[in-house]
Amino acid sequence: MKTKNIMIVGVGGQGSLLASKLLGRLLLTKGYDIKVSEVHGMSQRGGSVVTYVRFGDKVYSPVIDKGEADYIVSFELLEAARWTEYLKNGGTIVTNTQQINPMPVITGAAQYPEQLVEKMQSANLNVEAIDALKLANEAGSAKAVNIVLMGHLSRHFDFDLSEWMDAIEKSVPAKFLELNKKAFLLGRDA
Amino acid sequence: MKMLMLGNEAVARGLYEAGCAFVSSYPGTPSTEITEAIAKYQEVYAEWAPNEKVAMEAAFGACLSGKRSFCGMKHVGLNVAADPLFTIAYTGVNAGMVIGVADDAGMHSSQNEQDSRHYARAAKIPMLEPADSAEALHFAKLAYELSEQFDTPVLLKMCTRISHSQSVVETGDRIEISKAYEKNPQKYIMMPGNAKRRHPFVEERTKKLAAWAEDCCINRLEEGNDHSIGIITSSTAYQYVKEVLGDTYPVLKLGMIWPMPEKKIRDFAASVDKLVVVEELDSFIEAHCKDLGLTVSGKEIFPCIDEFSQNLVAGKMNVEKETDGVALSEAIPARPPVMCAGCPHRGLFYTLAKNKITALGDIGCYTLGAVPPLGALDTTICMGASISGLHGFTKAQQGAMDGKAVAVIGDSTFMHSGITGLVNVAYNESNATVIIVDNSITGMTGHQQNPTTGYNLKGDPATKIDLETLCRAVGIRRVRVVDPYDLKETEDAIKEELAANEPSVIISRRPCALLKYVKHNKPVEINADKCVGCKMCMKIGCPAISMKDGKAQIDNTLCTGCNVCTQLCKIGAMKKGEEA
Repeated sequence: MKTKNIMIVGVGGQGSLLASKLLGRLLLTKGYDIKVSEVHGMSQRGGSVVTYVRFGDKVYSPVIDKGEADYIVSFELLEAARWTEYLKNGGTIVTNTQQINPMPVITGAAQYPEQLVEKMQSANLNVEAIDALKLANEAGSAKAVNIVLMGHLSRHFDFDLSEWMDAIEKSVPAKFLELNKKAFLLGRDA
Repeated sequence: MKMLMLGNEAVARGLYEAGCAFVSSYPGTPSTEITEAIAKYQEVYAEWAPNEKVAMEAAFGACLSGKRSFCGMKHVGLNVAADPLFTIAYTGVNAGMVIGVADDAGMHSSQNEQDSRHYARAAKIPMLEPADSAEALHFAKLAYELSEQFDTPVLLKMCTRISHSQSVVETGDRIEISKAYEKNPQKYIMMPGNAKRRHPFVEERTKKLAAWAEDCCINRLEEGNDHSIGIITSSTAYQYVKEVLGDTYPVLKLGMIWPMPEKKIRDFAASVDKLVVVEELDSFIEAHCKDLGLTVSGKEIFPCIDEFSQNLVAGKMNVEKETDGVALSEAIPARPPVMCAGCPHRGLFYTLAKNKITALGDIGCYTLGAVPPLGALDTTICMGASISGLHGFTKAQQGAMDGKAVAVIGDSTFMHSGITGLVNVAYNESNATVIIVDNSITGMTGHQQNPTTGYNLKGDPATKIDLETLCRAVGIRRVRVVDPYDLKETEDAIKEELAANEPSVIISRRPCALLKYVKHNKPVEINADKCVGCKMCMKIGCPAISMKDGKAQIDNTLCTGCNVCTQLCKIGAMKKGEEA
């Protein structure tokens, strides 16, 4: 099988490590070769962060390059727009519509661009935009944005729902399990 | 068992399986998780040392006693530990000793882009360089065998993309190794007479290791269909080469980067029309090939700056590849890392910037005090350089800069290498004001304990070094503590200590707002009717505050109610966040 590439992008602190852990767990049970590259250290402090998940028969490079991503899952709208160049022709962007102002916008040095979903669509990109923050709050915690988006991404793969649920069980603490399962299903149905 | 592991976790697993019994490290991105992961194995003693030199010397002591040992650090940490490194290269080991070092090509979280492979050659000790997690585990175990077989410490070289990438590993069981300690002055006392006898041993050892490198399984020839080009590579660069070129050209993949196998390289060069070396950062393999008199291309094609990727390798090797996605024409504002909402350093940096004080900075989260709108720092060099730098800065100006400059250093960095700088301030009497930003944790690397926190790596209570007592003990008479959330108290203290005619230390103390035990207040509330949009509250660069329609607004999900901003609002439009 040709290597599949999923990029998870967002703002440091939004929980991209848990999302990639969940994907990694699931893919390992399916017998794929996998590489997951994460960001630790300074960039985690509210900066733009990106995690690369690659799987297939044999995966060499740990990173995804421009024009290679089958999916970009973005936890924040501006971050989706930042990374579009990495999407392969025919790939799909799954993005949260939530906006988090970066420091240049906060200080007034730059403007947060308007109507980014529409602008991405008019650039002929496949964009699936959902209000993951609203769904996460519905599930019980704003922090579950990551799992909501994984739920939506899951629609693009023909793994059984039970396999996703198993991976969630193995990735989150027991006391948050029900919340995360609910968040996943809300995202999957959105 | 088949598992998905970070490169760093895989190193830890390899150490564990090899029977490593003692680990001493100092945290540093991207090396930190090796030591955090090994601390979870009950059979292994693991600790955070105050700095890398101490860690390496402790690990040497442990191997001398007869237990396999490890110390881990980032590339710049190896500079700190270079002193013991160059001499334990002479003494060799008793039980095996492995030194983990992680480079940071691309400088994701570092102050320089140095290539640590040069240390292997300079210190004359072998270096292994894994290219994924499975190799990280395998090489960690192999490193101990080499260490004991050849009587040498062994460097295990990681880098960001290997350390922080998860890939599949197969785990095994642990073995236990124990050697008897025997007194051996000729081997372990490196006074000139003995060291002169050890140096020839070291040179001979390198020759033997080079011979081992000829036949070892980790320097691997991978056949290719087209012999017009042959590629020598290692580490991440190997992965990009294979990703792009597959088995087009033959590849000599080096797992042992020093010493290199001369015959193997010569034979490989002879089997191809053109020899190309693909390596990140400096010319190291290429330089060695040139030393062998071979005609080789490397840095004339590939950059010595930044990390590589598959598109870069494709471009340089003239491989057709669809590398263009669709970029929006829209300008996308950058999102640099920022100090967190509620960060205790913010109030201090605001005060320094407001008073236009020159601030020599140091390494940690608080380096972010340098970015706008605070812009409160003048320098960042290396661990501890703030204090020693300030000493020179004030001393050289013979009083002209007295009262105008400070050093800013974190609690962990102060323990790492700030103390000796402070001793110099006291001993050679510079009128320096040193500010220790004590957030009660090692923050930037992800919350590691340190000697001032009262807990050790395993999370157990430990002796807590008292910063006030320590500063007084080295000869500083003026030592005071302030709460950086209190802007007036902080400003008064800075002004008073700068005015004093002797060295002083201000400890700016507040635990990191991200620590689990830190309770946050309710968010600050803004009375939009009163807010005049003067943007005073924007001067602290808090990610929880922004302007909308000419009025300040608070992001309730981020605000911790630290109330630094409310002290800046002169018209009473901000209501303090009360205790939750």
